[in-house]
Amino acid sequence: MNVGLFIPCYVNQFYPNAAIATLELLQKFGANVVYPVNQTCCGQPMANSGFEHLSQDCNDLFINNFSDFDYIVGPSASCILHVKEHLHSNKHEEQAANIRSKVFELVEFLTDVLKIEKLDAVFPHKVGLHHSCHGLRGLHLSQMSELNAPPFSKPQYLLNMVKGLEQVTLDRADECCGFGGVFCVSEEAVSVKMGKDRVTDHLKHGAEYITSSDLSCLMHLEGILHRNKSAVKVIHIAEILNATT
Amino acid sequence: MSQTKTKDHAALAEAFIKDEERVDWHDGALWYIREKRDIAAKQIPEWEELREAASKIKSNVISNLHEYLLQFEANLKKNGVTVHWADSAEEHNQIVYSILKAKEINQMVKSKSMLTEECHLNEYLEERGIEVINSDLGEYIQQIDNEPPSHIVLPCIHKRKEEIGELFHEHLGTEKGLSDPTLLTRVARKHLRNIFLTRRGALTGVNFAVAETGEYIVCTNEGNADMGAHLSEVQIASMGLEKLIPQKKHLGIFLRLLARSATGQPITIYSSHYKKPRIGQEMHLILVDAGRTRQLGRPDFRDSLKCIKCGSCMNTCPVYRKSGGLSYHNTISGPIGAILAPNLDMKNHADLPYASTLCGSCSNVCPVKINIHEQLYKWRQEIVKEGYAANTKALGMKTMAWTLSSPGKFTTVAKAGKWFMHNVPFVLNNKFNPWYKQRDMPDGPKESFSEWFTKNKEQKK
Repeated sequence: MNVGLFIPCYVNQFYPNAAIATLELLQKFGANVVYPVNQTCCGQPMANSGFEHLSQDCNDLFINNFSDFDYIVGPSASCILHVKEHLHSNKHEEQAANIRSKVFELVEFLTDVLKIEKLDAVFPHKVGLHHSCHGLRGLHLSQMSELNAPPFSKPQYLLNMVKGLEQVTLDRADECCGFGGVFCVSEEAVSVKMGKDRVTDHLKHGAEYITSSDLSCLMHLEGILHRNKSAVKVIHIAEILNATT
Repeated sequence: MSQTKTKDHAALAEAFIKDEERVDWHDGALWYIREKRDIAAKQIPEWEELREAASKIKSNVISNLHEYLLQFEANLKKNGVTVHWADSAEEHNQIVYSILKAKEINQMVKSKSMLTEECHLNEYLEERGIEVINSDLGEYIQQIDNEPPSHIVLPCIHKRKEEIGELFHEHLGTEKGLSDPTLLTRVARKHLRNIFLTRRGALTGVNFAVAETGEYIVCTNEGNADMGAHLSEVQIASMGLEKLIPQKKHLGIFLRLLARSATGQPITIYSSHYKKPRIGQEMHLILVDAGRTRQLGRPDFRDSLKCIKCGSCMNTCPVYRKSGGLSYHNTISGPIGAILAPNLDMKNHADLPYASTLCGSCSNVCPVKINIHEQLYKWRQEIVKEGYAANTKALGMKTMAWTLSSPGKFTTVAKAGKWFMHNVPFVLNNKFNPWYKQRDMPDGPKESFSEWFTKNKEQKK
């Protein structure tokens, strides 16, 4: 199985450990992982700001980099959802459609494609799970609290396999953290207030770590935790699933 | 018609958030209603099927609006109701005025109408010597405070009971410091009772209009619409074109969804059907376009016309809960307001589709399954194309698009953190960047993943 590793630009720049953990996890489960070094960004920051029409070159580059794999996997629900919903091309629409159908966020790739049933991970800490909205309502990684439908959670399913990990229960299980791409600066006051309230929920229930399948949410929450000199840390779910000591 | 904007959503929200304790209270009050809605929705096994059915019925309505409107009009006339068509808010207001003037009525009682708020009817009539009293308690409170409603179902949800006590002290002569909700409501009730008894003209909104029978339904919890209508000589109903449903049998679906979505109640206390005038009474119905057919002509946005005005998207929206309805500077606030308003005035409301994280909770609670968050995304594309995005932002985006599509450029500057800091707008590292006001950025790691990967690959060789 040939897997193209898609590491979103900000993960590459700020969170290399999450990218390394993703690579190692995929290799552990037998995938032949290739990292196309010419990759940049999925174009989401532009598109979500209303500049989707400027993201064409970005899309073509993505298609160039990732057309030849059986699957494309990345550790960021938000970027993956963007590719799934908005990757189009005037020149190579057929390849774009093909990519849209085989791009996966890491958690769903582990549960739905690799169908893993056990992990040898150890992480003896109290962890709060933050559902990113794009992962939750876009990729349906878990059941959404608004719907009258049976509950399930793919990230929770994986976290339950980790030895020593204790998940904390939150007051608001799937409320948005307020990052929102361009929103985090264009609506700074609301963004920060939303982030503070999410952090408070995790702290109130004794989380030592906040984890998620989206580092953009975590970067925002980390920024708030750090500014307030909190000892609570953020960690990408790949790092927990790959933790052995 | 739109209110004149002095500040945008971000600035108004920032002002609202300054009083953090108040924001927490506002957020909690609305979250409580969202939770009540969840409990009510989850008690009905077929909830998701009801939403689907309602959505499809409304699709049918907006796809065949022309036929349903003509059928409705014919049945109204058969029932003895006078029908008026208003192309604009202005025309609507003129019609109301001419109806009242013909009967020499100079005082009118009004209830359950966001449409007349949208048309600024009160101001229009008052300028022409006609006094209007809003009889819904929440709207009455907003009216005496000279403020528009902040929520379509809970007009004064942003006000605390002490503030309402103050207003009542000033306007209704209650004892200073009185803030007990029951006592205040009793005072308002007594005051409004006298209004109902003395007003010859009454206007209501419309929740649902049945094309098949020519009747319309008004849902209230206070019974005020009935009180006004039943005691009036002239009864006027104002409705947007989109309020139709084809048949009476469809009503059950909507009534089951409406109150559960709005407040978590199984049904509103009153669901009043109006069909024919009493002997000696005049009944008028005004069908208002005011931009609705323009929205119908926008394929990406026409589904917004399915809205049954339950307000559930506001209660679930974290941005709404933290920023307050008035920060949307539009009669309809919250997520649904943000997709309706740009149709009315794109330039003035260009900020509203950006007042969202696109989290998608609104679309999930919507009883008629409007894809609200997808429409927010699409409005952003429209606003940029029409040239209403701030010029500086557009420029920044163009620079970034160019950099991101050029791998050479990217990798030559791809030292950990550095490239990103210089190219992605939300991390531009300077004192003007709002990110740093209350947040830090992660410390740049020693090496980026691509640097690590290249090095590691070489070592392995």
